Amino acid sequence: MLMENKAENKAVFDAESAKEVVKELRDSFVTGKTKSHRWRVTQLKAMLKMLDENEPQIVAALRDDLSKPEFESSLYEIQMLKNSCRLALKEMNHWMMPEKAKTSLTTFPSSAEIVSEPLGVVLVISAWNYPFLLSLDPVVGAISAGNAIVLKPSEMAPASSSLIAKLVADYLDSSCIKVVEGAVPETSALLEQKWDKILYTGNGRVARIVMAAAAKHLTPVVLELGGKSPVIVDSNINLKVATRRIIAGKWGCNNGQACISPDYIITTKDYATKLVDSFKCELERFYGKDPLESKDLSRIVNSNHFDRLSKLMDEEKVSSKIVHGGQRNEKNLQIAPTIFLDVPVNSLIMKEEIFGPLLPIITVDKVEQSFDLIHSSGGKPLAAYLFTNNKKLKRKFVETVSAGGLVVNDTAVHLAIHSLPFGGVGESGMGSYHGKFSFDAFSHKKAVLYRGFAGDAFLRYPPYTPGKLTLLQALLSGSIVGIIRALLGWFWA
Amino acid sequence: MEELKAFHGGRANLRLCFNSNQNEDSIFKALDQDLGKSPVESYRDEVGVLKKSVTYTLSCLEKWVAPKKAEVPLLFFPAKAEVMPQPLGVVLIFSSWNFPFTLALDPLIGAISAGNTVLLKPSDLAPACMSFLVETIPKYLDNKAIKVVAGGADIGERLLQLKWDKIFFTGSPRVGRLVMAAAAKHLTPVTLELGGKCPAIVDTLSTTPSKAKVTAKRIVGGKWGPCNGQACIAIDYLLVEEKLASALIELLKKTIKRFYGENIKSLKSISRIVNEHQFQRLVNLLKDPNVADSIVYGGSVDEEKLVIEPTILLDPPLDSEIMSEEIFGPLLPIITLKNIEESINFINSKSNPLVIYAFTEDETFKKRILSETSSGTVTFNDSMVQFLCDSLPFGGVGQSGFGRYHGKYSFDTFSHEKSILHRGFYPEIEPRYPPWTDFKLLFIKLAYEFDYFGLILLLLGFKRS
Repeated sequence: MLMENKAENKAVFDAESAKEVVKELRDSFVTGKTKSHRWRVTQLKAMLKMLDENEPQIVAALRDDLSKPEFESSLYEIQMLKNSCRLALKEMNHWMMPEKAKTSLTTFPSSAEIVSEPLGVVLVISAWNYPFLLSLDPVVGAISAGNAIVLKPSEMAPASSSLIAKLVADYLDSSCIKVVEGAVPETSALLEQKWDKILYTGNGRVARIVMAAAAKHLTPVVLELGGKSPVIVDSNINLKVATRRIIAGKWGCNNGQACISPDYIITTKDYATKLVDSFKCELERFYGKDPLESKDLSRIVNSNHFDRLSKLMDEEKVSSKIVHGGQRNEKNLQIAPTIFLDVPVNSLIMKEEIFGPLLPIITVDKVEQSFDLIHSSGGKPLAAYLFTNNKKLKRKFVETVSAGGLVVNDTAVHLAIHSLPFGGVGESGMGSYHGKFSFDAFSHKKAVLYRGFAGDAFLRYPPYTPGKLTLLQALLSGSIVGIIRALLGWFWA
Repeated sequence: MEELKAFHGGRANLRLCFNSNQNEDSIFKALDQDLGKSPVESYRDEVGVLKKSVTYTLSCLEKWVAPKKAEVPLLFFPAKAEVMPQPLGVVLIFSSWNFPFTLALDPLIGAISAGNTVLLKPSDLAPACMSFLVETIPKYLDNKAIKVVAGGADIGERLLQLKWDKIFFTGSPRVGRLVMAAAAKHLTPVTLELGGKCPAIVDTLSTTPSKAKVTAKRIVGGKWGPCNGQACIAIDYLLVEEKLASALIELLKKTIKRFYGENIKSLKSISRIVNEHQFQRLVNLLKDPNVADSIVYGGSVDEEKLVIEPTILLDPPLDSEIMSEEIFGPLLPIITLKNIEESINFINSKSNPLVIYAFTEDETFKKRILSETSSGTVTFNDSMVQFLCDSLPFGGVGQSGFGRYHGKYSFDTFSHEKSILHRGFYPEIEPRYPPWTDFKLLFIKLAYEFDYFGLILLLLGFKRS
């Protein structure tokens, strides 16, 4: 049906079409196909094969959509995905096993366990900045948990979206995993349907729409959003390493267009000049004298975002604070790494998530004041970073800064650690995934209690008497001493 | 640590609240006033449950609050990774009228243990209990951090317009939707503890008479025991094989009479219907003549006292309201099947319930029930007791809700699990940085595959890029 639509110049994918897709997937799910271990393994292996055999095409699509350097595509989109698949293949048996739960004297004799089951038919809506990773990584989780899936890649990365649609249709089981391409109308049609889970990666504005749509069907959601991820830079550190790591996390991640990119820096007035100089030095080393010529920087995704970023740069009282960079090429949608020093705290660039190659540095008198600044900046970010050798500062940072994830002395790398849940809090989102957390995100953890017929506590049942009350108090306390005492009391009474 | 101290203070205070006999008596009185609950039922389902929850939480809290180490691949050495639970902030708890203490204070325990400040909005449909909470909680708990607000749906609506860091709601799916829609405006995470039609599959009547008797007791106890059927985990309807239906009905009748009395005039040890509105709703379920015809026991009502006696129906029409809506009352339909295995399809034709009860000793059937149905919980050979298991997550799936609590799950539901990675400045992996070359690309690929041997080969010049 969708193929015909494509042929008819993408004739409408509307609510009816969406309903049919969901029905088809639900029918597939009900047969139990996706629950089988074998199905999950074949799909994940197929995905690995898909990534292995199509690396050049994927790199090319990302170059088309984002001018993403091959290095980034290879590492962040393909390699990380492969790791995800491999981890799921290795651990899935273990994840799928029921977990024993302890039972107490109160329900003796009994045994209990927690069984993971797939939620059913799930919707993954992905973003444009890491079109492969953010589409397929959640899909890996959904497959490993045994669900049927609809994936809606972002239309703002059209080459990637269409390649994903083609590859998924070619390699994966299309009776259970489908890709629906399109923009707002198609997404709205999908959101009207009843899903068993929705995982959305994107911005807060659309997240609210997704959650409101989910509310109509009581569908649980995972929202992976963003925020202004701050970097606190203390003095007495290895400045060169710190600078390089900040650059890698900022401009090395899709040119700042990443949800966990360092958004702004806070450092002391005394240290700021050193920091700026270090940036200048390392930026030149990485990207050359004219960054617009460098092949190692993604471009800005489209003219809307280019205009948005230009507006941030050109705001009065902000444009004068540029201490490095500022070069632009509107035709090629390029903006060079640009650093600002002490822009006004209420400027647009300090209020909105930047999501681009602009880096404001805000200075404070004492590094400890950074925490107040972060708290007053509004929503909780997806990530927060600190560069320091000061144990006390580390401790304060870890205990008081609220963000999805924190990294000390590096940026962004926590994404690659599968034992850490990846997700936000507050404005940066809800729920998490990666590694086993992906499996859990798409599972229902069913509690199971097994009881036998022996041991029927007569005190549960009416007629209710005061004597029973005393015994009940003891039984519920779960204390064996209490129970014996009460029983003795009962017998002696 | 501050949070821990505060919690211990708050906890200890909650215990004090319950340990004082005077308070316990007031609680029993309020529950009797609002719902006609007897002290034993009140202790069993409310006070006892809460005391148990507080004790358990206090004994585990230090463990729960501690950060948990996470494994880091060698590639990142030296690095330390951990997950640290943090309070979400300011949370809102809506509770329901049928277990006015448990459903208000059990989530409260979780919220406090996780270090949040809390606003509790008890249900005004249990007004005496609500008043007790409003008056008593400030006497024991820190009222700068924990507040209780009285009021009805209009207060609830106004509260929902504010920004919370978490909303915990127990109630109906209809209101659950409204709560989630309001939460969506602020991206507030929610836990919805809803309901559904909790079926009980009965497959044990053809075993020994004693097991059959226990089955009957547990069914009766699981239907009319909890607030006279007005409970999200009460048995809603039974599924049994045709040929065993009459034996089952006889057993149930005997048990009901023994527990609750011979007829509506001598009814005891059972709650009443909460209010006129619910009473009418239940009475209306019986108005359909086809439904009324299927009554095999009970059916009498006393509007003045808001009492409906335990009522059993045999095979009411499947499209009647009593079989499509959650009953939430003392009416028990029994649906007969040719073969008990059909119960799986029957259950799957309805939306996911909070609990599926199955009385069976057939291990194969148990496995089928587990793998072919979906519900919040499955309990074999008993009813209600899963509620007392602190190690089991309590929550729904699909229309019965999402999120869970009890025991550590309560702590988790009100926490944010923050990921933390500590790195040192050394060693540095140069290939991370541009300008990128083929060598660097190969290096990083091998690194990310954790192919340490391959890396060594590359560095020694044995691998070509």
